Amino acid sequence: MRALLCEHCRERQATVHITQVINDKRIELNLCPICYQKEAGKFNLLVQPDFNFHSILAGLLQSAAPEAVPAPVTGVCRNCGLTFSDFTKAGQLGCSECYEQFVEPLEPVLRRIHGNALHVGKVPRRTGVRVRTRKEIENLRARLQEAIRREAYEEAARLRDEIRRREKELTEGGGQP
Amino acid sequence: MTPQERIEALLCHWAKVHGEQGDVVLSSRVRLARNLRGIPFPARGQDAQLEAVVAAVEKAVARVSSFKLTKLEALSPLDRLVLVEKHLVSPQFIENPTHRAVILRADEAVSIMVNEEDHLRIQVILPGLALQEAWRVADEIDDLCEAHLDYAFDERRGYLTACPTNVGTGMRASVMLHLPGLILVDQARKVLAALGHLGFNVRGLYGEGSEAHGGIFQLSNQVTLGKTEEETINTMLSACRQVIDHERAARQALLRDARLQLEDRIWRSYGILASCRLLSSEEALRLLSDLKLGLDLGLISGLPPQLMKELLLLTRVGFLQKIVGKELGPSERDYYRAALVGERLRGE
Repeated sequence: MRALLCEHCRERQATVHITQVINDKRIELNLCPICYQKEAGKFNLLVQPDFNFHSILAGLLQSAAPEAVPAPVTGVCRNCGLTFSDFTKAGQLGCSECYEQFVEPLEPVLRRIHGNALHVGKVPRRTGVRVRTRKEIENLRARLQEAIRREAYEEAARLRDEIRRREKELTEGGGQP
Repeated sequence: MTPQERIEALLCHWAKVHGEQGDVVLSSRVRLARNLRGIPFPARGQDAQLEAVVAAVEKAVARVSSFKLTKLEALSPLDRLVLVEKHLVSPQFIENPTHRAVILRADEAVSIMVNEEDHLRIQVILPGLALQEAWRVADEIDDLCEAHLDYAFDERRGYLTACPTNVGTGMRASVMLHLPGLILVDQARKVLAALGHLGFNVRGLYGEGSEAHGGIFQLSNQVTLGKTEEETINTMLSACRQVIDHERAARQALLRDARLQLEDRIWRSYGILASCRLLSSEEALRLLSDLKLGLDLGLISGLPPQLMKELLLLTRVGFLQKIVGKELGPSERDYYRAALVGERLRGE
């Protein structure tokens, strides 16, 4: 792979790429960070040389906001005091409660990033026992429907008993989420 | 300790062992992001809260005798830099050492960053292509921590993280690939662009922009929500195997069609490495890449297969100063770098 050289000093590698359209004239510039610093003043540049991943994400969130979220998102996280506008600026949430507080506006953000908004991976072994049981019950219910469809009534009865047993575990399990 | 023993003690596991598919894959890494329920993420946490996180994590891993917690403030800036060069902590992690701690397993295959972007970043890094093994170990350590810590977890969103790009599994799996053959036959861009379309992140590990010094690339997963850890690992493994096949095919094509030119290039690089007096870090990367290619193709023999990984680390700025035992200016570094590599190649 050949490196693109800075158009200004012709010495260093160009890592800043700028396209500007002024009066229908297109200007393209490829500069190294050092010459960029020198040249930036001559142009009305919107790019910041120190832009990083979070600023890209923040930009994405801000541009996504009007179409994805019709009204400005109000409210403050009760736990850490973060507002949704803090989030769209920084690209980071404040605490685990923010996910609950901003559950609706976050949904399109997550879809945009992951193409999906539902976790299917690991569940914590100790504190996630109930979550795991619930997921197993869902799974058993699907198998029950399938057994009924196949008219496999003996199997269906067995699955129904198993579901009842697991549901009883959940109601007797008590406090944990 | 002899100088060689000192060097040996400085190196970490992934750099000491060649590993599976070590001709193309330098290392495999799995990193899990975890947070404690209700406590603000590190960027928003108050001093007392962040201190409490460090204390809680220290207590959680206390039973494992091979784990040692070190507060970042207790380390010299040089020792912090060496941790980054070993890929045991992120460059962002050492920017601000306050309330931050790192837990290292004795062999340095496991590291846990406390209060980086998330409260915990559990990381396993192994030599060669070993993603499944790295995930297995990370999963175990995760269970061990979770036995004593209340994780922030939501049934629908999974493990909750500061940045929504990590939420879900919180897992980032990555492999470090050496692709000199694809670069020489001018196919690297094409192969890597294809991986980008499949939802992987690809970037040059050293150097900036599109240039990957030393032909070293890092491939990692982008998506953490809606896929299980196993699915992600398996997709990455199959992508890796394809890249490995392409790289090996490129190397064989070079041997078949341009053997003399390839040998010439490799032996020239060897010659410079073995006898130069000044060596910049950029030139070292380029020449070490040729050396590795020569070793992997059997064109150079009599040297250990993991030599390039060792020298890759030893020639970094922090490592060099650690080995020489004093602070070095830029030109001094080039001198000591050349001396170190030369001695190692000449077997002194």
